Amino acid sequence: MSLTELIFWAFAALAMVSAACCVTRKNPVASALWLVVTLFAIAALFVVLDAQFIAVLQVLVYAGAIMVLFLFVIMLLNLGRPGPTDVKGPLGVGVAFLLGGVLLFQLWSLRQAGPPEPIRLPPGGMARLQQEQGLVAAIARPLFDTYLIPFEITSLLLLAALVGAVVLAKRKL
Amino acid sequence: MLLGPALAVSAVLFTLGVFGVLLRRNAIVIFMCVELMLNAVNLTFVAFAQSLGVAGQLFVFFVMAVAAAEAAVGLAIVLAIYRHRETVDLQNINLLKG
Repeated sequence: MSLTELIFWAFAALAMVSAACCVTRKNPVASALWLVVTLFAIAALFVVLDAQFIAVLQVLVYAGAIMVLFLFVIMLLNLGRPGPTDVKGPLGVGVAFLLGGVLLFQLWSLRQAGPPEPIRLPPGGMARLQQEQGLVAAIARPLFDTYLIPFEITSLLLLAALVGAVVLAKRKL
Repeated sequence: MLLGPALAVSAVLFTLGVFGVLLRRNAIVIFMCVELMLNAVNLTFVAFAQSLGVAGQLFVFFVMAVAAAEAAVGLAIVLAIYRHRETVDLQNINLLKG
């Protein structure tokens, strides 16, 4: 097993364990903090998979902005104090295990999937592309060229979300 | 190439997210599980981008923007519901059940 694989599996194990903790902790604050650990571990997996810029975005946007928003709302609603558990009863747990098991079985059988040979980059193709163009430029060039219109639509979406959030959260307009 | 292992990890993370949505009743925890599912899909995109070119990483970029918008609007809705009903437990929020 190479060093890269070792690092990959270490962070993959961290991500899966902390995700399991996030799902099962009773306290929403603990859940949120475990989710932050998961997001950091996934960022590390992105680095291993040749997506360094995306990893930085993951830490800044997800672990930074979005999770702070979650923690802020939890604190605002005063949900951090100990209370009765919100996990469903035995029937709910049974249904969750059944459906989760079926889904895992289906997704697990897809793990051997791969792109067909003719359209596949040569091994190390992504790393070479990033070395030639630079880490950020390799993403920025197609973003502002081929995907310019989706990018602009994203800014409209964010504006709409901004206005919507203010309208919904405000007590009286 | 770590495509297979990444897909396996992503499958486990996605299933954990679905499991959480089915298991919990707290609206905010359910939101966090949805974020977990989005991240599992992002991992798949990045894993495929390694062998199919940079477009997969661009999709992760867009997914992150949509997730940020979703979190902002969703949490605003949770705040509005809490103001009316003093709870975020989804068992008590069943207006649409008729």
